[in-house]
Amino acid sequence: MNGYLFHTEDDRREMLRAIGATSIQEIIDVQVPAALQMKRPLDLPAAADEMSLERDLRRLSAGNASVSSHICFMGGGAYDHFIPAVVDEMASRGEYYTSYTPYQAEVSQGNLQVMFEYETLVSQITGLDVSNASLYDGGSAATEAVLMALSIVKKRSKVITSDAVHPEYRDILEAYLQNIDAELVVVPSGESGTSEALIDAIDDQTACVLVQHPNFYGRLEQVQQIADAAHAAGALVIQSFDPISVGLLKRPGDLGVDIAVAEGQCLGNPLQYGGPYLGIIACRKELMRRMPGRIAGQTTDRRGKRCWVLTLQTREQHIRREKATSNICSNQTLLALRATVYLSLLGPQGLKETAEHCVVKTNLARERFAASERFELVHAGPVFKEFLVRDRENDVEALLNHAQDQGVLAGVPLAPMDSQYSDCFLVAVTEKRTEAELDRLMEVIESASAARSNQLAQTL
Amino acid sequence: MRNQQATKLLFEMSRSGRRAHHLPALPTTAESATSLLPADQLADAPPPLPELAEGDVVRHFVNLSTLNMSVDTHFYPLGSCTMKYNPKRNERMASLPGLVDVHPLQSDRSIPGVLQMLYELQQMLGEIAGLPGVSLQPAAGAHGELTALFVAAAYFAERGETERTVVLTADSAHGTNPASAQIAGFSTRTVKSGANGLVDVEDLKSKLDDKTAVFMLTNPNTLGLFDSQVQEIADLVHSAGGLIYLDGANMNAILGITRPGDFGADLMHFNPHKTFSGPHGGGGPGAGPICVRDFLADYLPGPVVEKDGDEYRCVTPTKSIGRVRSFFGNVGVLARAYIYIRTYGKEGLRRVSEDALLGANYLLSKVRHILDVPHGDRCMHEFVASATRLRKEKHLSAMDLAKRLLDYGFHAPTVYFPLVVDEAVMVEPTETESKETLDAFAEALFRITEETGDTIELAPHSTVISRPDDVAAARKPILRWNSEES
Amino acid sequence: MSRDKSKLLYAETHEWVDISEDGGQKIATIGISGFAIEQLNDLVYMDLPEVGKQLGAGDEFGEVESVKAVSPLYSPVGGEVIDVHSDLPDNLDGLNDDPYDYGWIIKVKVDDDSALGSLMDHAAYQKQCSESG
Repeated sequence: MNGYLFHTEDDRREMLRAIGATSIQEIIDVQVPAALQMKRPLDLPAAADEMSLERDLRRLSAGNASVSSHICFMGGGAYDHFIPAVVDEMASRGEYYTSYTPYQAEVSQGNLQVMFEYETLVSQITGLDVSNASLYDGGSAATEAVLMALSIVKKRSKVITSDAVHPEYRDILEAYLQNIDAELVVVPSGESGTSEALIDAIDDQTACVLVQHPNFYGRLEQVQQIADAAHAAGALVIQSFDPISVGLLKRPGDLGVDIAVAEGQCLGNPLQYGGPYLGIIACRKELMRRMPGRIAGQTTDRRGKRCWVLTLQTREQHIRREKATSNICSNQTLLALRATVYLSLLGPQGLKETAEHCVVKTNLARERFAASERFELVHAGPVFKEFLVRDRENDVEALLNHAQDQGVLAGVPLAPMDSQYSDCFLVAVTEKRTEAELDRLMEVIESASAARSNQLAQTL
Repeated sequence: MRNQQATKLLFEMSRSGRRAHHLPALPTTAESATSLLPADQLADAPPPLPELAEGDVVRHFVNLSTLNMSVDTHFYPLGSCTMKYNPKRNERMASLPGLVDVHPLQSDRSIPGVLQMLYELQQMLGEIAGLPGVSLQPAAGAHGELTALFVAAAYFAERGETERTVVLTADSAHGTNPASAQIAGFSTRTVKSGANGLVDVEDLKSKLDDKTAVFMLTNPNTLGLFDSQVQEIADLVHSAGGLIYLDGANMNAILGITRPGDFGADLMHFNPHKTFSGPHGGGGPGAGPICVRDFLADYLPGPVVEKDGDEYRCVTPTKSIGRVRSFFGNVGVLARAYIYIRTYGKEGLRRVSEDALLGANYLLSKVRHILDVPHGDRCMHEFVASATRLRKEKHLSAMDLAKRLLDYGFHAPTVYFPLVVDEAVMVEPTETESKETLDAFAEALFRITEETGDTIELAPHSTVISRPDDVAAARKPILRWNSEES
Repeated sequence: MSRDKSKLLYAETHEWVDISEDGGQKIATIGISGFAIEQLNDLVYMDLPEVGKQLGAGDEFGEVESVKAVSPLYSPVGGEVIDVHSDLPDNLDGLNDDPYDYGWIIKVKVDDDSALGSLMDHAAYQKQCSESG
């Protein structure tokens, strides 16, 4: 028998004797009606020993392109930033990853202190007073922030956002809002970005505005102006931001934002095809009692020693049940730990330099695309670490497939997500990329046309 | 021997000018970042993060880790949480670069291995549940619950049954049930438990009508009892036009023994971080895949993985509710579940549940002589004892018991849940504990009930802190380090 | 001026109410009983309404929280909230020590006192408390 069971046949006999049963089946039979019991084994693969299974998994793994095997220029909400070795080492300690929610604070001070340090670091990168101990991911965090705003700004049901907010984030928002009394207004982005359109849409029914800055296309919004307009109308402002960007750019709190949310994957968390990731949320302290999720706070123990506990728990579902601020009853401690270690390693200077690398190298990539015949930059103006490229030949899928076959993940095609840019793809450049890799990217995608002509010639 | 440095905060260790991380030089010919961004968007300085050397960081987090109890270090019988052994092979295999370093927006053709694994996991979960429609997207059990309620709402909307606005929850249910129902736009009504700890069927009947959308049932329930009336309950709810949602928190009790789909459930979620040994990560991440009946599969969030010949691809179901989070789902957690299920295979999973039952019933047979166990002399994978008598006779509460157990080197059981048992002590040993460990735990419990005074009231004595002041923490919340306050 | 708790009216949900008259207008001062505060055990937070809020008789007007419980506060009368004891949430010890004078929570300009008849006097309330305690 493969697996992790303990009991010898002697153990089983003794245990059954103590229970007063002749078999485990008898224990089942007195509780589960016979008619409901399975009469056959589960239809699953046979058990596998460790060595054979690892061989299988290595085969499954080897079949995939990854940022380890390929040069990655993909972004769109998840990024190939460098992860220092210390992050993996710390997160692989069993005392962290095999523990659970700190219900018993006395034997969870490690996790609780990490949560408190994480909350402080999130305050520092957002410029806001209060952070929770994390949510699922950046997308659902944006929706939780909107639900929070709807509960604070009473008697208003309009939520305004723009099409320069991540399309998947907007999909989540739509799925959540369609069952409750709320109206979602998505304004189109204009030539100069979306800030004016957002400001124009704000009215006296608006509960909140959700803006992404830098936005889905990498561009910068005028968050301060949006916040001023929203506040003047009695609405709250939520900014989805990029945690790396605040190495250079003003923080959400500096811009007058009420609630900041972010995808924390970029802070030392691996890409792993979409999750688990880290939902960051922070707010002004006046709003903290409507914040979803767990929160760690400081207190003292009976001997007067400083320590940490879960606090403000009356917001949560296990106490307030149907009146809770959210149904969430977990937090992504392990990923928050990784972000905490990551930010401790980078420090202010490391974060600033990482942001500088993104901006500078993104610009070098933009220059290369601007000089190319086949491609054009969709937007002028400053960007942070990604930008939108139009393929004049409108053959993005084949182009990206070709690049993948040449060892380059050249970008994120927008056709599946954003019909107005179906001939475009997003290119992201993190601090990991080198000038040689930028050259390789251009070489590969510019050879795509040639490759296609050759292929056509061969088939003809 | 305890390192006193451990409890200093990162921010208190910071020294201006220290650093751990260095980047290569930027190309000298390139334009500078500050010239590429508008001046009015630039911060005056980067955020005031702590400044530390690499050695500082490592020692800090290693020392902190030693302040946690964990499954790797201690018996952790936290009821309802299934704190089973977290296999090391899962960690290594799930960290293979072709699984862990894959971008979420990569094309289907670039990741056949990932998609094959996810497709097979969908099939496996569907088989274990007896419910063929599977979405791996939700990020946690509570998220799965909410997603399933969205699916139910979409189903009723499509049928024009918009008057079905009420979700029934059991009084013994997890608090997430009513909270999820509320967020999904339903109102909630509570169905009582009978004296035997099972659903009060008469009370259920009185609350079923043409407004009923879903009855959320936990089975085995939070008392560790299998509700033998479940078929009748399902028939009643179905004939009233409602659906049955199964909270899959306790699936570790019934793998291969009985299936939710076979006892009447229409929708359910799994907690792979419990049932399928994905580690709990100090509170997360988990995952909350859901399984539904075939007539509900078209409403599932997308993407789901389909197999077409030898090819796997991501598709969005035709009447999908959309999505509930970004990207595919918590693939890292799902990969561990896949590896776990394949390790045990078709016969092994049933043995998992059988041994979970054996361990729980064995421990129950011992604990019954120490604490009252109000509901039954048999249980499934966990049981709920009550410290009421101890509190009356010896002023020893469930909380005292929990705190003192820490001194004996055991993590405490879940206390004060479920709400239907006074002074509840909820014990779930799991299948990955030896008879010797269970004996030692029962022995410790017995010895504690013989203790009195400060030994109990000031416990724990051996931990780094003891009895933190929760009231002060909630009255004047300090939720971040602040240079002025320290 | 000290409020005589034996002259107050009490709701089943543990609010007390003191009716006074100001130029012919009935004003209700509302608080929660010492018994309730003791039962709640270490209050940590209060959520209070804003001045001007219109309440129906029996409406929830706020909440008191302990570490692990939340209790809604109900107004036994209908009318407009004309005063709120806004310092109270920052001085919960004061509420603990003196629930009937310092611990008043809101004042309501009464326009519906129809539910007053179903409230308990002090003796009846004490009986309820001793039975539940």
